[in-house]
This record gives sequence, C-alpha cells and structure tokens, in this order.
Amino acid sequence: MTNVEEKQFTLSGEPFLQLRHVSKRFGGVQALENVDFEILLGEVHALVGENGSGKSTLVKIATGVLQPETGAEIIIGGKKVTFLTPFEAHHLGIHVVHQDLSLFPNLSVAENIASHFYLEGFRSFVDWRKIWERSTEVMEKLGVSLPLDVEVRKLPIADQQLVAICRAIAGYARLIILDEPTSSLTWKEVNRLFTFIRGLKEQGIAILFISHRLDEVLEISDRVTVLRDGKKVGTFPTRELDQSKLSFLMTGKKLAFTRDTRMHKVAPEVLRVENLSRTNQYRDISFSLRKGEILGIIGPRGSGRTEMALSLFGLNPPDGGKIYVEGKEFRGESVQRAISLGIGYVPENRLLQGLVLDQSVENNLVITVLKKLLEKGRLLDPRRKQEFARQTVKDFGIKASDVEAPVRSLSGGNQQKVVLAKWILTEPRILILDTPTHGVDIGAKESIYQSMVELTEKGLSIILISDEEQEVMMVSDRILVMKGGKIVEEFDARSMAEEDLRRKVRE
Amino acid sequence: MKFQMRRQTELYLLAIVVVLSIFLTVMNPKFLTLENLFDLLRNNSFLGIVALGELIVLISGGIDVSFTATATVAQYIMGVIISRTMVNSVLLAFLIPIPIGIALGAINGCLVYYTRVNPVIITISTLNFYYGVLMFISKGTWIYKFPPTFREFAKLKLFTLMSSKGVPFGVSIFTLFWVILGIITFFLLKYLPIGRKIYAVGGNLEAARRAGFNIFRIQLFVYCYIGLLAGVAGFVHAELNQMIQPNAIVGMELDVIAAAILGGASVFGGVGTVGGTFLGVLLIAIVKNGLILMKASAYWHEVIMGSIIVLAASISAYQRKLQIRREKGRFVEEQLF
Amino acid sequence: MWKNSSFKVGDIQIMALVFLLAGLLLLMSFLTRGKLLEIQSLQAIAFQLPLLGLLTLAQMGPMVSGGIDLSIIATANLVSIIMALSMTRFFPSLHAPFAILLGLLLSLLLGMVKGFFVALVSVPAIIATLGLMIFIRGVSLVITRGYVIAGFPRDFLFIGNGTVVGIPTSFIIFAAFAIFMYILLSRTRFGLELYLFGSNPVATLFSGVDNRKVVFRTYLLSSFLAGVASCVMASRFNAAQADYGESYLLLTVLACVLGGVSPSGGSGRVLGITVSVIILQVVATGFNLLGFSSHLASALWGIILLGVVLFNRLVFG
Repeated sequence: MTNVEEKQFTLSGEPFLQLRHVSKRFGGVQALENVDFEILLGEVHALVGENGSGKSTLVKIATGVLQPETGAEIIIGGKKVTFLTPFEAHHLGIHVVHQDLSLFPNLSVAENIASHFYLEGFRSFVDWRKIWERSTEVMEKLGVSLPLDVEVRKLPIADQQLVAICRAIAGYARLIILDEPTSSLTWKEVNRLFTFIRGLKEQGIAILFISHRLDEVLEISDRVTVLRDGKKVGTFPTRELDQSKLSFLMTGKKLAFTRDTRMHKVAPEVLRVENLSRTNQYRDISFSLRKGEILGIIGPRGSGRTEMALSLFGLNPPDGGKIYVEGKEFRGESVQRAISLGIGYVPENRLLQGLVLDQSVENNLVITVLKKLLEKGRLLDPRRKQEFARQTVKDFGIKASDVEAPVRSLSGGNQQKVVLAKWILTEPRILILDTPTHGVDIGAKESIYQSMVELTEKGLSIILISDEEQEVMMVSDRILVMKGGKIVEEFDARSMAEEDLRRKVRE
Repeated sequence: MKFQMRRQTELYLLAIVVVLSIFLTVMNPKFLTLENLFDLLRNNSFLGIVALGELIVLISGGIDVSFTATATVAQYIMGVIISRTMVNSVLLAFLIPIPIGIALGAINGCLVYYTRVNPVIITISTLNFYYGVLMFISKGTWIYKFPPTFREFAKLKLFTLMSSKGVPFGVSIFTLFWVILGIITFFLLKYLPIGRKIYAVGGNLEAARRAGFNIFRIQLFVYCYIGLLAGVAGFVHAELNQMIQPNAIVGMELDVIAAAILGGASVFGGVGTVGGTFLGVLLIAIVKNGLILMKASAYWHEVIMGSIIVLAASISAYQRKLQIRREKGRFVEEQLF
Repeated sequence: MWKNSSFKVGDIQIMALVFLLAGLLLLMSFLTRGKLLEIQSLQAIAFQLPLLGLLTLAQMGPMVSGGIDLSIIATANLVSIIMALSMTRFFPSLHAPFAILLGLLLSLLLGMVKGFFVALVSVPAIIATLGLMIFIRGVSLVITRGYVIAGFPRDFLFIGNGTVVGIPTSFIIFAAFAIFMYILLSRTRFGLELYLFGSNPVATLFSGVDNRKVVFRTYLLSSFLAGVASCVMASRFNAAQADYGESYLLLTVLACVLGGVSPSGGSGRVLGITVSVIILQVVATGFNLLGFSSHLASALWGIILLGVVLFNRLVFG
C-alpha cells in the first residue's frame, strides 16, 4: 500500500480517471450515450445535470457498481481497466462519500476512519493502537481535530461528513466523489467544508463534486461537466460560467416564468405571528400574511426557517410568542388543530414526510380528508372513496396508471403533485410550501409556480420557504430573510434586485 | 475505548445488582455465602451461555428464537448416541452437539441472508421445524440412562470447600464453561475483525455493504455462533439435569432475549456487551434466588422481572426523548423516534 | 408497471394460499380416504379453528402497525383466570355473562397499559410487550400458584363446546369478529390510518394523523380480541391456567405472515389471515386423522412459512 500513498502527492495535474465512449441502456431508456469524462489529480471537478440526466449512472460506472456497454474505455491512473468491480475501484483509490455518509453510527470516530483495516491485511487480530495511530495521522494531515473515542452518532452532521472524508483518505483515496455533500449543512458548515476541500486539492486529491446548488458549484470547482438527457453537453472551465449560463446548459431552456399580477396591500390579514420563539431554534419572529399573498422566506439551512414553519403547523410547539390565524389564537399544539384552522404544510422531504410510498395513490390522497368521506355509521364507502380519488387525479393532472397503483410507481413530478393535491383537498386558507422545487426539473418547476399563482388567485395565502433567491424573487409578493433564527430583513419583492438579495442572504 | 452510553447501562445494572444483593443479604444472610453464589452460577450457566449467543445475534441487528430448538435437537441426538452406545467418554459426548448446533445455525444464517425477511419470522419457522421434527421422531421420550463418566462429570468442581455443615461445595465445571465462553465472546467482539464487523453490520447494514464487507459471511458466522453455543448449552443442560426431556428448553426463547436486552443489547442492533449481558443474566438469577431465600412464592419472580424490563425500557425511551430534545430540539423526532 | 404494489403482492399471495389450501385439502382427503371431508372432521376443524383464529386477529393489528404483541397469550390467560375465579369463587351466583363482562373489561384495561407504554412512552413494541408478557404471566402465576382452575357453569361451556344449528358457537364468534375486523380495517378511518401508519409513520404525522391515538387503539383492540379468545379458550378447555397455549404465540405471528402481513408493517388483509388460519388448522386436523403427531404438523407449518417467504423472494425479488 505504501507506494500508492507516496504517489498520491506527486502527480497533481495528471489525469487520474478517464472514461471514453461510455454508454448505458436500461430497458428502453438510454441513460448514458457516448459520454467522455476526465478528472485530474488536484482538481475539483463538478458534475451537474437535472434529475435523470445520467449523473448517478456515470458515478456508478466510475465506481464499478455498473458495467458500461461494450466499446467503452476506463483508464485509471494511466492504466486501462477492462472490468472494473467495486472492489477494484476502491483498491485503485476511487472512494464515494454518499449523501447519507454510510458511516457506522455505533462505532467510534477512530474505528470509522480506519475501518478499511478490517478488509485488508488485518486477518488476525484487531490492533487498536494501529487504528488509533492511523486515524490520528489522517486527521492531522487534513487538519481536522475530532475526538477519536466518541461514537459517530453523537457528532453533528457536518463533523460526521469530515469523518467520512477522512475515512476515504485513510483508505488511500486518490479520487473522492462527494455526492450532494452540502444538502444538510448550514451555510457556515458549507464554508468550512469548502476550505477543507481546497486543502484536499493541495494534497493532489481529485474531487468529483456533485451538487444541484449551482452557486456552490461555481464557488468550489475548477471545471464543470454538464450532462443532459444522458449526453455530455460539455466540460467547461468554471471561470467561464455563471449561474444562468450553467442553468441554461443543464436544461437547454430558460426559466420562462414571470408573474405580472402582484397583490396590493389591501387584502385582509389571515395570519399574524408575534414574537414567536423556541429555544435554540428561532426567536422573536413577527410577521403577517395577507389573503392571496405569497410570502417568501429565504435563509440558509440551519437558519430556523423549517423549525419555524413546523411550529406554524403544530409539529414544534413554540415556547413564546403568539400565532393568530384569522384572529383565532393558535398555540401550535397539534397538527389536527392546525388543519382545522386551515393550515396545510407540504414538507421538504416528500419521499419520507409527504408520502406513504408503498400505499396507493388513492390512500395517499384521501388521508387528509377522511373525515369528509365518512358515511353515516362512520364507515367509508370504498366506491365513493375511489371515485373521489379518480376525480382528484383528473383535476390535478396527476399521471398515474391507476389510483390503486402505489405512489412509488409515479414520477417525481407527479409525486409532488400528489402531495400538493392532498393538501389542496383540505381547502386550506394558508399553505406552507417548504422548498417545493427541490430536485424538480425546470418544466415541473414552472408548473409548480403556475399553480401557486392560480391558488392565490382563488384566495389562498402561501408561505414559500426556499433557498433559491431567483425563485423567491420570481414568485413572491413579499420576502423575509432569516438568519441565525431571526428575521433580519423584510421587503417588497419588487423593490430589490436579485443580486442584492443574494448578497444579503450570504453576508 | 470509552463507550459512555453503554458503560452507563452497565453501571446502572451493576448498581441494581449490588443494591439487590445487599438487600437480600440483610433479609437472609445465607444469600451472601459462597455456597449460595456458586450454586446460583451453576444453575444459570445454561441461560448465561445461550444469552452470549443471543447477544451476538442482537448486535448484528438480527434476532434468533430458534436456538432453544437447536439446543434441544443437539442434546437429544447426543443423548440417543451416548445412551445407546454407552461410550464412556465425556469429551465425545461434548463433541456431538457442537457440529449439530453449527449446522442448524448455518441453515438459519443462509435463510436470513437469502430471503432478507425479518429474522424473527425465519427463526420462528425453523423453531417450529426443528422442534416439530424432533418431537415427531422422538415421540417426546425422555432420556436418562447415561454412561457413568457423564454422570460423574456433573459433580466436577474447580475446587472444593467445606461448608459449616460439612457439606462440600465449589465452583462447578459448568460455571467455568460459561466464564470461558464469555471470555471468548468478549475477545471475539473486541479483538477479531469479525467482531468489529458484527458491530458495523448492526450499526449500518448498507454502509457495511458499501465498505465491502461480506454480509453473507458475517450473518452466517453470527447464526452459526449462536448455534454452536446452543449446542454447548444443550450439553450443559443435559449434564445439569442428568436427563434429557425434549420439551424442557423450548419456551425459554423470550427469557433469554430478555436477559440480553436487560444487559443493554438493543433489538435494533449495533449495541451490547458481554459484561452487560452477564449482569443481565445475574440480575435474573439473583431475583429468582432471592425470592426462594425470602421464602416468598417463586411465582413473584416473573412479576418482578416483567416490571424491571418494562421500567428499564421506559427509562431508556424517556432518556432518548430528552436527548433528542437537547440535541436537536425538534419536536417531530421526539414524537416519532 | 406496478409490480411492486403491496396490493398486488397481497392478491397474488392470497391466491397462492387458496391454491395451497385446495392442494392440501385434496392431498389430505386422499391420504385419509375421504375422512377429512366428512361432517365430523369438518366440525372438528370448526371447533379447533376459532381459538387460533381469534388470537391471530389479535396479533394482526399490532403487526400491521409495524409492531408486534408478544403478550396476547399472557393476556388471554389472565383474563381466563379472572373469569374462572369469578364463576367458581367470587360471584358464582352471577353466572357467566357477568364473568365475561368482567374478563373483557380486564382485557381492555390491559390493552390500555400496553397502549400506554407503546404509544405514549414510545417503548419499542417488541420490548414493551415482552416485558408485559412476563409481567402478566407472573400475575397469573401469583394468583393461581400454578394450579388449574376448572369446572365452569354450563352456560359458559356453551361458548367453546356448544353448537347452533350444527355450527360450533365458537366458530360463529370467530366469523363475527373476522367480519368485524374486516370492516374496521377496510371501511373505517382508523383502519386506513393504521395501514398508512404501518407503512410510514412520518408521513402520517405530517398528514395530520394522530399517530399516538392510532397505536393506542391498536393495542386496545388487540387486547380486546385476546379477551374474546380467552372466553373461547377457557370454555373449550373447561379450565384456566397461567401458561395455557403458549405455543400459540409464535404461531399467531406465523399465521399473520403466512396470511400476507408484512413484518415491517403496512400490509395484510383479514381474508388472507383467515385462509392462512384455515390452512394451519387443516394441516393440524388432517394429521390428527392420519394419526400423525401434532408436532409433525408444527414442523410442516414452519416449512410452509419458509416456502411462502422463499416464494415471495423468488417472484417479487
């Protein structure tokens, strides 16, 4: 192993992994078509593309999880590899830090970092001293200091991520693939991660950075490879790109949504929040929401925005302050009460929080309105229930083979429609949308914005939580900026330029 | 290594065991005599040995309820062989149940790996199967005709002391079995790569797969190990009772699981220690013994054990809630965990 | 397109079970030279089936919720003992209906205790009910000191041994509760919420379902059904004891899984459960007629369950 270790500091700038003419087909779908890809040692290379563009297939081929079709060439460290297995890829220094980190939560930091010892040359006994030394050595090299003996599950997520990266380095990684590494980090933590990544770069490690956050891609990467519909659009030096160019390269079209009819301030107030606080989460939140208004709340993760929204939905009782819904006081005690007051919440993580994937479209749709479907004797009429579900599917344009099909079988956009539909069915007066366009492609984005505007025209009020400046600027009437658990700024959406907003959020 | 949470469980348990022992000694000084303690360790060696196997399965994220049938089948086959041939060798008798236990465990391991179905279901099925076939073939006949060395072996002690009444007593050979197996299991979990991999698999199966661990080999090992221990325990049980009744062991599955859980193992996997499991078994043994010494009805035993399990689980559930509130402050996780 | 649907899996599994049942009936009647299909044997099946059937229904709710109830047999035994004491010692003059009422009230009380620990304290179901099983069995042992309480009044014995127009009373009770469970699970708000909760409790929480109420009611229901089973059990054996029928515990889990209840929750229908209980009982009664040991039947149950599990793995991957 030692010669690999020595080599890794000397070859910055050399190509480490080269893929040529890579194609892959699943059934009738061409996931990748004749894609070439190259990553250099000491380079941060970003891979971007919309859902279904072939990003994950490419990564799986690079790590030996999937085999490309014949005609492809894989060259690692200058040597051609004929049949790449996951084991082989690992051995050659290709490591993935998955979005879920794939750590062992019940084992110590040291053991997680040095867990590769259990695979190689460790046939006899566990040498605890060696584990200790190796993990200390790696952490020192990377300038990380974490307690070695603490169980990983007790660390904050950002520290766990560092452990995962240290583990890759301890396993002699020369290419580290970071899959959506910033998705659950706060803004501060993202900055720390970037400093860390730059450190890795200096040590001659190749980094493949996969993210849907274009601003982060532009900040950290040296080059960007863009995929669209399984084809490579191109590889570009990052300094030649900006956010709108990159977005255009990914989608092939410009986000065409514009909202012309913004509301005036005369409408009655439907929600008023006064000095709402919850320890360690947010404090002194005050704002009001008018009928037919879209209120955008923007702030990085960890700013308390989701926690505050959950409080409005009865899932996170505040310890101080008041909530008035159409004049009635609400203490945030239960979801049932929130619903009866006319509040709906479309959660951030639709797969886990929004839908019961294994159950039918029908059951997912009726869950919020069962009370209305009860006949006398408090029984449900299955035919009426199905009829109701069919009608809803039609009304919302949900594409499903049948209402009895499980939600799992629907596409992402249609799943999002099911979540939205089940809340519209409750006839809410206030709808909270938590990052509704996360992971949704550009066409679906536009249709979500469109339906938001249509809903407000019918008198619904919407709170839109987002971390994309462009989105809140385009859709909302008013914008609140949240940072560190507080509202730091409130202004009219028309009174500010997107760049100014971006600066305000990031500063 | 510092495992704060786990140590905490063990410390609580140790405290309970100590307090209980003091209480019992005050109530009846006979409790804290070496004679009584040696007896207690001897009588619970079967429970102690199989609990070690269950511990390993629980750490790996599995569960095994079929080990009672495995132990019964293993000891019964041993009984049939030695009572028919009357081969006068304890070593030979001891060596018979072990491969049987490993083989039956291997079947469990393969089924758990290939079907990917909850191991409770798999081992309930094999429990029914192993035990049903045994009862069908044996027709429930008892075996009590053993070769003389087999009978003598049960009286073997590490050393012999004299009680005040002039009755000899000492640490039974079966207690030694238990202790040695405990040390082996401890060593295996802490110093063998397979032991660390068992913790890893129990902590995060998917991560273990991605890290390149051979999941099949690990699961096979785990179920074979409890099979092996069930085999040894079957031998110990036959020796302790000097007879083999096919229906004597089956039905104890949940008591053994309770001992392991009391000792800090989790049904969700990844957690548990040999020391904790030992204390868990000891607690059960002391409660049972204490009731007898206090001349209370032995039937209170289960009431007390049940209360302890529910109470311990409630406290740990409550602590988990508090911890979530402290660390994340999120009401949602608190409601769900 | 939706091969993975739990509903389709359920349908196919029920169909496979029906075929299995038909095959078994054919095989058994061939082996017994038609004896299995004679009126006496069918009646024997109808007499023996309700106990397992009711206990399996009791196990079903907790399993659909993604949990398990290990304490149903212990509950049934304690209820039997209290009914027995009421009829033989405390209130012999008040007859069976009073004892039954007392027993069912006790079962509801025990259900509330289970619901409290599982739903409100959030102890994992398997541990909470394991502890309560040991506790409840202990209480029964303390009360009875391990003895059997026997000799019940005639009207009570009618439940387990009487017939109404040739159909065993206990079978009618089972059928009634199977229909009751069917309606409860497929036609009520509670039932639908239970399935959704069993599949994904986070999503139900975010959809305004009161998760705690659903879980609490599930264990209440389960205990109540265990109480009903206890009436049948005590009446059939004409006796009550602390550890009757313990082998039924794992059997109810087996019957549920065989009937299509996923151990991870969210699926399973009463129809499937009923067919699976009938299969288990036909095997038992058939083997009895053939003079085989009941243990061979239990071995076969194990094999059947493993067969179903492997079948699902091979067909659905």
